[in-house]
Parts: sequence; structure tokens; C-alpha cells
Amino acid sequence: MANEIIAEIKDVYKTYQMGEVTVEALRGVDINFHQGDYISIMGPSGCGKSTLMNVLGCLDRPSKGQYILGKDDVSKLEDDALSQIRGARLGFIFQSYNLIQQLTVAENIELPLYYQGYPESTSREKAIELANRVGLGDRIHHKPFELSGGQQQRVAIARALSNDPLIILADEPTGNLDSKSGAEILNLFDELHQQGKTLIMVTHSDELAERSKRCVRLRDGKVESDELVTA
Amino acid sequence: MNSSPPDPFKALPNSGFTLSRLKRTVRLGVKSIYSHGLRSLLTVMGMVFGVSSVIAMLAVGEGASFEAQEQLRQLGSNNIIIKSIKPAEIEQSSRSSYRPAAVEYGITYQDIKEIELTLEKEIKLIVPARIIRENVWYQSRKVNCDIVGTVVTYPQVRNFKVAVGRFFSQSEIYNRDNVCVLGYEMSKLLFPVQNPIGNTVKVSGDYYKVIGIMEESGYSNLGQSEAGSSNSVSNRMYIPLTAAKHRFGETLIRQTSGGQESETVQLHEATINLPNQDAVIEMGQIVESILERRHKKDDFEVEVPLALLRQAEASARVFNIVLGAIAGISLLVGGIGIMNIMLASVTERTREIGIRRALGAKRHDIILQFLVETILLSATGGLIGVALGMFVPLSITYFTDMMTIIRFWTPVLAFSISGVVGVIFGIYPAMRAAEMDPVEALRHE
Ligand SMILES: Nc1ncnc2c1ncn2[C@@H]1O[C@H](COP(=O)(O)OP(=O)(O)OP(=O)(O)O)[C@@H](O)[C@H]1O
Ligand SMILES: [Mg+2]
Repeated sequence: MANEIIAEIKDVYKTYQMGEVTVEALRGVDINFHQGDYISIMGPSGCGKSTLMNVLGCLDRPSKGQYILGKDDVSKLEDDALSQIRGARLGFIFQSYNLIQQLTVAENIELPLYYQGYPESTSREKAIELANRVGLGDRIHHKPFELSGGQQQRVAIARALSNDPLIILADEPTGNLDSKSGAEILNLFDELHQQGKTLIMVTHSDELAERSKRCVRLRDGKVESDELVTA
Repeated sequence: MNSSPPDPFKALPNSGFTLSRLKRTVRLGVKSIYSHGLRSLLTVMGMVFGVSSVIAMLAVGEGASFEAQEQLRQLGSNNIIIKSIKPAEIEQSSRSSYRPAAVEYGITYQDIKEIELTLEKEIKLIVPARIIRENVWYQSRKVNCDIVGTVVTYPQVRNFKVAVGRFFSQSEIYNRDNVCVLGYEMSKLLFPVQNPIGNTVKVSGDYYKVIGIMEESGYSNLGQSEAGSSNSVSNRMYIPLTAAKHRFGETLIRQTSGGQESETVQLHEATINLPNQDAVIEMGQIVESILERRHKKDDFEVEVPLALLRQAEASARVFNIVLGAIAGISLLVGGIGIMNIMLASVTERTREIGIRRALGAKRHDIILQFLVETILLSATGGLIGVALGMFVPLSITYFTDMMTIIRFWTPVLAFSISGVVGVIFGIYPAMRAAEMDPVEALRHE
């Protein structure tokens, strides 16, 4: 792992208070992320994978511990600053695609750029380029409900790439897809990895995990193992 | 797409607020409203009626007050008008089988002299008039009109100008000449093509030479109509008072449903003109007390146009307050209706809010989005309301004779209010949307 470290979580805890009960979703997690990593995160249901992704995605702050992204400690930042970081440095791919239904494919793809304040001409150009790249160049004026699940997920990938993110976070990206569409998505991921993007993907499938380069296993909110995948 | 890895330490781009961004937000807002058109239309209905009622109300109010002022101008704000009215007891007895030879009532020349003497210093002019309902003929054409026998100062005191020709002169009054000045409307009826000036019209066997035509009076004239007359000023013919007295005599025979009745009335009307309007109301009371002393019967009426105007203004004010309150309430209800739908919309779009937040939208971006949508909704309602609110007064004027005036600022005001209502009732739903936790919002089904 010659590449430099771009993100680091140090002894991160996340606890939820549910009335009397305290749920500890993360209990002291330490992981380093390197430029160009292709990581799969695995573990049984409820072990804290999505919680970890939310922390990594700056959607949630850790209850304790540090999260260093780039050079900044983002674990203590204010809401607006977190929004700014999400928009500028992170790309999200969700299990349920999470496209905005009333917007077209192009408008969905350029949304992160819109919130970054880019002029429309620039962002539209980029959106069209990315739509072509995921094979949906002829669908830019369609609405999400006119697309298949696999196509919607490809739009979501294009959207995650639009702001040229430091890290792409994907929480069970193929969970809602059949194996053929899922394979298409994974082929795209492979391509992105080859281009040097940093990818973090949550998955339940060993088959998918084997395509990644590094696998982190969680159990009960702790890292159980963190090893390179041997092909 | 280049394959060089992104600089992990690159400076974060600026996401400042720009006009072009606002434009895009507005455009997306329009799209979102348009995408559920029927719901949006129903949402803004309250606003539509609120705004249109504000405009229509103001137009009706303005029209009414303009009309009242116009009437005052015609009657003269410096004037006190006294009128003869047939007392109720005579009206009663004339219906019974017993019928006196001629009932006598009303203002007399002696009354006028008395008023002139008592208020010599205060009064500028007194213009007496006799008003006789008769048919006026020109060849085979006939118009039923009020023949007003009066003096030369009538046009001056009643603010009523001669449009063509002239009014009669002092010498024509002295000589009891058979000359006449026609009201505008009747001149058109009697002389559709010919020039009336110089022609003669016939009234109950006598011929009168037309020497002038009065100006057109465009407004209905409540308060201007005389006892037993429903004719407007346009349907009047003016002749010298002396001629009227001479030709028609003092006893007039009137056709009624039960046969004929005769009555003796010296003067039907007199206009007392003061130099200014300061004391006109008090002076009216003095005139009334003078007449009360001289008349046993209740056969006269004192009318002070200024007092009438004041009354009209006072009731217009009450009218405006009531309608203003109704309009205010309907705007409030309209605003609440919009807020209600926006709150529902925020809940419905929780997931969308979560997605936007994940993609970098700050709280103020979400606030702006929902606020813009609410304002657009409200302003759309306002716009439809402005159109409707301008249509209503126009059709009121078209279908009735009521005058309405739309001042240019009323649509502007009403529309601005709709915008303000949008802001006020949009803030809360927008805040609710912005307060959402991104993770919770994303998990929302
Ligand atoms: N908002 C919350 N409030 C309370 N408890 C929560 C909350 N979010 C997550 N948890 C708890 O934290 C733990 C970890 O949840 P998380 O969603 O991270 O699991 P996961 O590994 O993603 O599971 P799955 O594979 O089923 O998606 C669970 O026990 C869950 O109940
Ligand atoms: Mg999960």
C-alpha cells in the first residue's frame, strides 16, 4: 500500500440512546483508507456497517473518536461544513438508488454540482459526459421511473462521480438488483478502480467481496478482520 | 474523463449564493408546482379568492366614492337644496273618494323671500325652480320629460354647463319668452339628425324655441331626482321660470291611475348657494328651522349635498372596513391552506430532502427551495386572483350601472400581499424540512 492515506477513522464510537436503552452501533473502530483503495465492508446484519458508512459519508458525527478526511478532522464540524464536505469530496451510491423522481436523469446527475454552485452550462456538460460513460447518453431527459433498476443505479453512479469525489461510498449497491444488472454495476466499479478512484462498498455477498482488493469485516461494532483479498 | 487521481487536499470550491442559482431554484420550483397541477390549483384557491376580493372591493369602493363626489360636484358642495314634497296626509285623502279641488303644498315665493331676508349676508344666490312633468314634441317624436322653469343662474349654481348654444337671458325671463334649453339625452331623442338649435318643440299647445343644449352628465344622479320624477338631468328641459308660471299656471293637473288630480305648488325646488362650504351644514339647519316655522304641514325637504356626501363617506368607510376584514380573513385562510399543503409536501418529500442533504445541500438550500415553492404557489394564486379581481369589477360595471374604478396600485398591492403571505406561511414548512436529520430522512420510506 504505497498510496497515501486520504481518510482515517480513529477509535470511533457511535451510540444511540433509545429511551432507557443505549445501543452501541460502533465500538472503537480504527481504519485507514488509502488513495485508490477498493474496499468491501462485510459483516452480519446489525453489526454497524451502515452506521460506519454514515460516519464516513459525513452524514453523521461519531459519538467519540476522530475522523480525518483529507487533512481535516471532520468529526466535530458544524452541519453546514459537513454539507460542504459531502458535496465537494464524497460520492454516494445507495441500495435503493435514491434518485429524485421529478428530476430528469441529467438533472439528477448534476445535483451535487448545483449545490456546489457551478453554473448550469458546466454542470450539464459534465452530466452528459457521465451519462454517456455509464451508457445512458440517450436517456438524459428521462425521468427515473422510466428506467430499470440497473439503469437507475447507473444514474446514481454517474451522480456520485459528478463532483469528482475523494471517496465513493456505496451501501449495498447491488442489493436491489438481479445478478445481471448487479454484474454491470460491478464492472463499472472495476473500471473506476482501474482509473484510481477510491471505493468503499458494503456488501453481504462473498462473491462481490472477492472482486474488491481489501475486505474489512465488522462484528458487533468492531473490526473483526481487515485484510487484502487474494484472488 | 481523466484518470488522474483527485487531489485529496484540494481546496473546497466556493458554494456562494448567486442570482443564477436563485433562477434555477425558481425554475425547479415552477416545475415541481406544475408537476402536480390540480393539487397546486386547489391549494391556491383560497389565495385566488382573497386577492380577487381585495381588488374587487377596492374597485367598488373607489367607484362609489368617485360617484358620490361627482354627484356632489353636480349638486354643488356650497349648496342647500330645498324641495317640495307632497305631504302624506294629502296623499292619503286623495286616494279616498273625497277629493278637494286642488291640493296646495310646497315651497312658496314667500318662503324664498323670508330665507333671503333672514340670511341676507350668508347667501350668495337663490335659484328657484318649478318642475313640470310633460310630453315634449318635435314633429312626430315625443319625450316625456321634466320641464324645469328656472332663472339664469341655474347652470352656474348647479355646476351644469351649456354644451351648445346658450342658456336663456335675464331679458328672456323678463319677457316670459318661449325659449328652452334641452338636456343632452332628450336632445338626441328629439333630434337624432337635425340640429336642434333654432328649431321649435311643442309642449301642451305651446311652442318653444331651442336655444341651447346642456352638457352630457355621465353619472346616475341620486338626490337629483325630484318629487314624482325619475328622470335624469339629461332628460330635462329648461325654460324661463316666468314662462313656466305663465304657460302652465300654478295649478297642475296630474294623471294618476285613479283619474286626475290637481295640485297647486308654487316652487318645486330652490337651490341656495353659499360662497363656500364651511357653514353649509349649519346653514341648512337654519333654513330648515325657518321653513318649519312657516309650514304647518310636512311638505318640504332640505337637502345638503355636503352632508349627504359625508354620510355616504361614513357608510363607505364602514363598508370598506367590513370588506377589508373579510378580504384579510380570506387571505389568512388562503395562507393557512397553502401552509397546510406545504407541510404535507415536506413530509411526503422527506426522502428527497435526505438525498439533497447527502449530495451537499445545506440547510439554507432546503429552506430556499421550499420557501421559493411556497412563494411561487402563493404568487400564482395572487396572479390568478389579480386577473379575477379585475374581471369582477369590469363585469359589475357591464351588467349593472354601478361604477367601479381599478386604481393601478390595487393589483400591485394585492399581488405583493400574496407574496408576503407566501413568505410568512412558507417559513415554517421550510424550516421543518431543513431541520430534518439527513440520516433519518434517507431512511424514511
Ligand atoms: N437511528 C438509530 N437509532 C437507534 N439505533 C440505531 C439507529 N441506527 C442504527 N441503529 C442500531 O445500530 C446498529 C447497527 O445498525 P446498522 O444499520 O449500522 O447495521 P448494518 O450493519 O447496516 O445492518 P444491515 O446489514 O442489516 O444493513 C443496529 O443494532 C441498529 O439497530
Ligand atoms: Mg445497512
